[in-house]
Order: sequence, then C-alpha cells, then structure tokens
Amino acid sequence: MSTLKTYDLTWVKGSDFLYFIKHTLAIFVCKNCMPAIINVQNLSKQFGDIKAVNDLSFAVEKGEIYGFLGQNGAGKSTTIRMLLTLIAPTEGKIEILGMDLRKHRKEILTQTGAIIEKPDLYKYLTAMENLRLFAAMSGVKIQDKKYAEQLELVGLKERMHSKVKTFSQGMKQRLGLAIALIHDPQLIILDEPTNGLDPQGIADVRNLILHLSRDLGKTIFVSSHLLSEIEQIADSMLIIDKGKKMAEGKVSSLFDPADTIVELQTTNSTAAIKIIQQSQWKNALRENSNELIFLNIHRKEIPLLAKDLVSHDIGILSLYARHSLEDYFLTLTTSNRHVETFKN
Amino acid sequence: MWKLLKIELFKIFRRPRTYIAFAAIAAIIFLIQLAFYSDGEAFLQFGMQSLKETFDINGKILSGYMVCFIILQTLLIHVPLLIALVAGDTIAGEANMGTLRLLVTKPISRSQFMWTKFTATVIYTLLLLIFMAVLSLVVSIAVFGTSDLIIMKSDMVVILDNGDILWRYFAAFGFAAVAMITVASLAFLLSVFAENSIGPIVATMSIVILFTILTTMDIPLFNALKPFLFTNHMLNWKGFFEDPVNYKEVFKSLFVLVGHIIVFVFLAIVFSKKKDILS
Repeated sequence: MSTLKTYDLTWVKGSDFLYFIKHTLAIFVCKNCMPAIINVQNLSKQFGDIKAVNDLSFAVEKGEIYGFLGQNGAGKSTTIRMLLTLIAPTEGKIEILGMDLRKHRKEILTQTGAIIEKPDLYKYLTAMENLRLFAAMSGVKIQDKKYAEQLELVGLKERMHSKVKTFSQGMKQRLGLAIALIHDPQLIILDEPTNGLDPQGIADVRNLILHLSRDLGKTIFVSSHLLSEIEQIADSMLIIDKGKKMAEGKVSSLFDPADTIVELQTTNSTAAIKIIQQSQWKNALRENSNELIFLNIHRKEIPLLAKDLVSHDIGILSLYARHSLEDYFLTLTTSNRHVETFKN
Repeated sequence: MWKLLKIELFKIFRRPRTYIAFAAIAAIIFLIQLAFYSDGEAFLQFGMQSLKETFDINGKILSGYMVCFIILQTLLIHVPLLIALVAGDTIAGEANMGTLRLLVTKPISRSQFMWTKFTATVIYTLLLLIFMAVLSLVVSIAVFGTSDLIIMKSDMVVILDNGDILWRYFAAFGFAAVAMITVASLAFLLSVFAENSIGPIVATMSIVILFTILTTMDIPLFNALKPFLFTNHMLNWKGFFEDPVNYKEVFKSLFVLVGHIIVFVFLAIVFSKKKDILS
C-alpha cells in the first residue's frame, strides 16, 4: 500500500492515560499523519468451519470517507457487526476513537451512528416516535427542535407523524440515516446505505454522505458491493473478498489513470494489432478475443491511440476504457474462484 | 435505567398485540360473571347437592368472593399462555423485526438491556394480573356482593368467614404474580435463542403443559421430580384459602418459584452477553 494510514506506536501499552500520551506523541512525531478513528488489527471471525473474516487490518483516518467494498458474502457485514459490538471477534483488536472497543464500548458507541444492512424500525410507531426512541437510547441529550431538523435533512418532515409501516424501503432507509445522525456522532458507519433506493434516493444519500464529511467533518465508514458507488464518494477504500483484504489505499492512487484498460473494437483487428505492435504501445497489448483488443495504457494516451489507428485507416467501432481495479473487482463479483491479491 | 424502561413500556403498550391478553381476560371474566348472574344460583345448588344431603346450609352462597374464586381457578391455568405471548416476544420479536441489531449498537450494556426488557415484562405481567384482579374481584363484589366463602375440596369443605377473605385474595394474587413471572422469565430465556417469537411462545407453553402433565400424573417415577417442577408450585395460591393457612408449604412453593425466576433470568443475561447478533 502506498499510503501511510497510521503510525506504529504499538510499543506503548497500558491504560487510557498511556493512550492519550500515545496519540499526543503520534501527532507530535508525525505532523502530517491524522490519528486513526478506526484501527483494526488482525481481525478474524470464525463461524464453525467458515472463516467469515480472516486476519483483516485497516485504519480509517479522521474526517475521511472510507469505502468498504466487497461482493455479497465477502465479510463486510460481519466486519461492521464486529465494529458495532454485535458480534464478538474470534481474534484481533479493534480501536475506535483511540479507545479499545472491548473496554470502552459505551463511550465509543455514544460517538457512533450506524445503519446495519436495511434499517428495520418499529413499524407500528411513527417516524418521529422511532427517531425519539432511538435518540433517547443514544446517551446524548438532544434538543427538541433537532428532531424535526433531522427529519427535514432526510426529506421526511412531511411524513414525520406517519407510521413506518406505510413507508417505502427508501423512506425507511432515510429514516435510518436520521436515527444514525440524530446524536451528532463523530463516526458514522453505514452498511450498504443505498440498498433499495431509487436513482434519486441514491444520489441524495451520496450527497448527504459528502455533506457530512466535507462540511461537518464526520468520519464515514461506508460499505457497498458497488465499486462505482465507493469510487464516487470515498477518499480511501478497502476491497475484501472471502474475509480477506484484497486491496487498500487512497482512491486517487488505487484509481491511477496510468492503469487504464482499453477495450477496443475496430474494423480490422488484425491490422490494428499489427499497428499497435509497431507503436509505442507494443508492450501495452493484453489478451485479445472475439475481435476485441485489450490494452493497458495511461488514460491520457487514449486520444493518441485512436488518432494513430484512424490515421492508418482503421475504423474504431467501439472504445471502452475502464480502470484495472474495475476489471479486478468484476472478476471478484462474477466468479467464486480464488483471486490473487490485487497489487496496487 | 428508568429512561430505558419507559421506552420499553412505550413500545409494549403501543403494540396492538399487547392488548390481546387484556381483551381475552376481560371477555372470559365477563362471560363467567354473566353466566353466574343469570344461572349462578341453580348452578351452585346443583354443585352443592351432595353437601346439602349431609349439611343444612343457610344464607347467601353466591357472592363476589365465590365468583372470583371460580374465575381464578379457571383463568390461572390459561393466563401463562397470554403471558408467554408477550414475554416470548421480548427479545425474539426484536430480532424478528430487525430492531435488535440497532438497539444493541446503542451505548447500553447487554446486561442493562436485558434487565430493562425483563423489568418491562414483569410490569406487563403485574398489570395483567391487576387488571384480572379488578375485573374478577372488584367487579364481582360490586355485582354479587359479599358473604362467607364455601370452598369444596375432594375430601373436605372449607368455610371462610366474610371478614377473613379479602386479605387472602390479595395474598393469592401476589402469589399468582410470582407464578406468572416464573412463566414470563422462562419465555424470556427462550426468547434469547430465537429469532422469531413463535418459537419461544410455543416452547414455553409446551414446557408448561409437559410439566403440568408430569405434576398431575401419580406415577412413582415422576413423583421424585415433582418438587422441582415449577408447575407443581404454581397453583399453590390456593393455599391461602385453607384454614389455617399452611404457610410452610406456601412459602416453600414461593421459594421454588423465585429460584426458577433467578435461574431463568441469570441464564438469559449470560447467554445474551455471549450471543452474536446475526439477525
């Protein structure tokens, strides 16, 4: 991984006071390093013979949107449930807000808001009653006007006195977000928050996540099985498959434009390949199939390639450019076979 | 704790299902009272036929006390089912709705969460019994008045003086409350293991029925078990309607029931603390 996510001061052990010293030292020693809001080390969870999460380590910096990506059943929800103390890890250590989750569960959860999978709420209660009920359990005193404000933020002000059983999945999802945010947590954990939403709802949630991070400085840990979702909002991301970390890093570095795969269909593929083999892209050629030519080049070289082919009277029928990470993720999501760890 | 308890009670009493038990009890009590109001005298004459052949009985027999005793004998066997409906739903219902995972992510310890849930269940059970007491005792006294209470047993007749009855009902309802809380705590324990409330409700009733059968069967093999079965002690509220009251027996039963409650709740908390929430 190219990005330094956290500082290693594991030699400091002991009480909360030492924790404080550790973090103060860390900031002093490493001015450019932000303290990790979530620090997971060697986390594993075994269900019988199945290892749902396998030796997972990652760190989430303060104020960032951290994407947690994986296909269904990859171990995302199990990891999130461990972060929220719903499931006890078999092995490993979780620190959130600089505190050990096992020892400081209450303090950590007071500063955490979450949606786990689909937000199931009390259907026989109204939106406002659900919000008040969960807010009362958050351990934070909340002003009366905040409830209506929060429902307005998620677009449910008009329906605040309607029973949840009359809500669509999207409305429940938005109410779930309001519940996650009502106590103004530092850390927001969202497990597939756009599930069941229509395109407008997805865009609204995306904008809300960006607003919470960019304008309010919240740290957001968001899981998804859609690379495009994470790519659009996350600062950093981690890809998990079969409980194992496959890739991690800043989105900007993982989506390096130098690592673009071009899928090309021309009027004469044999001639096109010949031209490419004699050009500066001769080493960029990858496997070809069904009249399709695949090249691994820098995104900015695509116009030059097109121009070169056209200048040799090769017509371009289609040209589709995608990042190699997308290719890799597609392999994960379309097959169950074991995939080699992705090298950034 | 009080805040959490208020939330739990709010949830319980906003659910339509909660009122099924109240409605069922009200309906049964009303029907029994109506039956006694129209044909009670004839029924009692028929019931006491053999007694009247031996004894000369004068004065009012059909009273509020008599009706209440008959209601209690009928209902206290069936109320556990109504208690199990709510107690069995306590944790499993939350798991089934999917709200359990959201509740557990709140800054409340699992023990605190379980204690709150159990306390709310106990309050519900007590309210149900108070409701039952008001309808069966207060309304019956208002409709039928009071008199001495004649209780016929298989081998004896107990006659309790009019002025010596009311306290026995309070004591009997108190005892019945402990018995019903025992059933509630069993359903509560079973609720921890399930993700659907049907399971713990059916399991609780199955256990109650099985234990009741074992209690009533006079087979030497089962006799050794009887003192340890809570069902064997649940109906000992009747002990307060003996003269003199055998306090040793009554308190022994009370001790066994309280012991069961402690064990069931303790196990429920221990298992819930270790349980992975996968719902």
